[in-house]
Amino acid sequence: MSGAPLVELSGVGVRIGSSQILRDVDLEIEAGEVVGLFGANGAGKTTALRLIATLIRPAQGSGTVLGADLSSAERYDVRRRIGMIGHVPGIFPELTLAENLRYAARVAGVSTDRVAGALAAVGLAGAADRPAGAASHGMQRRTEFARELMIDRSLLLLDEPHSALDRDAVDLVEGLIERKAAEGGAVIVVSHDRDRVGAIAHRTVDLVGGTLT
Amino acid sequence: MITGFWHQVRAVVDRDLLRERRQGDMLWITIPFGAIALLLIPLAIGTDAVLLREIGPGMYWVIVMLFGVLVAVSRASRETLPQQDASALLGLDPAAGFVGRTVSSAIFLLIFEAVVGIVAIGLYDISIIGIGWLALTLLLVAAGLALLGTLTAAIVNSSSAGTALVPLLVAPLSVPLLLGATQTYDGLQGGYGILSWVLLMVAVVLVVAIIGVLTARPLQET
Repeated sequence: MSGAPLVELSGVGVRIGSSQILRDVDLEIEAGEVVGLFGANGAGKTTALRLIATLIRPAQGSGTVLGADLSSAERYDVRRRIGMIGHVPGIFPELTLAENLRYAARVAGVSTDRVAGALAAVGLAGAADRPAGAASHGMQRRTEFARELMIDRSLLLLDEPHSALDRDAVDLVEGLIERKAAEGGAVIVVSHDRDRVGAIAHRTVDLVGGTLT
Repeated sequence: MITGFWHQVRAVVDRDLLRERRQGDMLWITIPFGAIALLLIPLAIGTDAVLLREIGPGMYWVIVMLFGVLVAVSRASRETLPQQDASALLGLDPAAGFVGRTVSSAIFLLIFEAVVGIVAIGLYDISIIGIGWLALTLLLVAAGLALLGTLTAAIVNSSSAGTALVPLLVAPLSVPLLLGATQTYDGLQGGYGILSWVLLMVAVVLVVAIIGVLTARPLQET
């Protein structure tokens, strides 16, 4: 773990509408780290992930992610290196699982030849032509993990990655987390399961009332 | 492999066309409903052939505008926040997303215009003069409505306003297109100048396209 931090937040606050969701958040994440993020419902975990994903701007404080200032247009340049899997899948239900990945590959600028391999890697080779809307929640999540395998990400943000997954898929997710850290990336895992995430994380932080403790 | 702007536009267009084909809202609901709306007018005012021929073109454009607004509303609620986040994190240029969504909407509207146009010709005995200019008018109206719909959908999605705001924004903004389309048709029929009306529609398309592309990034931000 050396070099500039991949994530550096200093006194960051986030407002959504009239609500202050995050306040005075300080966080540094180095390359190769796996960080567990815990918090009660409504503590601001998802907002924290979207902030680090550069999808929302801080209202107070400053921060950089992958070297890009969160308040400037630089953040658009690093988005493609950030993978995020939320608890609601961001895939299109009318498209098949393979079509969802082909769309992702085309937009991200990676070869669509990787689609079949990525689906096979998450155990969905036989379900490639199934409409995503007709696939189970677990299969939809596997498809999102396949997308992250296909695209070279430096930072992975996972919201409850173990939910709706069977034992094989959990092993796959944990393998992906370990591999990403070993490759010099970083992973943030949001979870309620302290035991499971504690076992794979290098350190854990708690979000209480919008502030990290 | 670095993705170009137009490569991303094409990916978004293909995605939207595929989604629409699978969902079938346009094919099985919007187009038949538009045709039925045109059918209801003769039932309401009677079978006066001369009157129908006179009001037919105007009715056609009004139906196109109203259903253009309907398409805009459906586009506004088409992508969930997780879907938008996923696309953003694939590196989708917001301007490419705007152009892609506009092109796919314009294709839907052109199909709508063509099918409902055939129904209108059959029901109202509308005469066709200057087919090239009419084709250009159909294209400009489809592009203009698609641009207005995509832009207002982006505005609504970036604010806390509900999709109910979309028709309130699109309907008044589409008035220059309605005027341009009806006056171009009348001009072709009456043999008087249509260039100013065509230029009005071109201006609307260009202005909204420029605003849409330039505001795509700021509107994506929360």
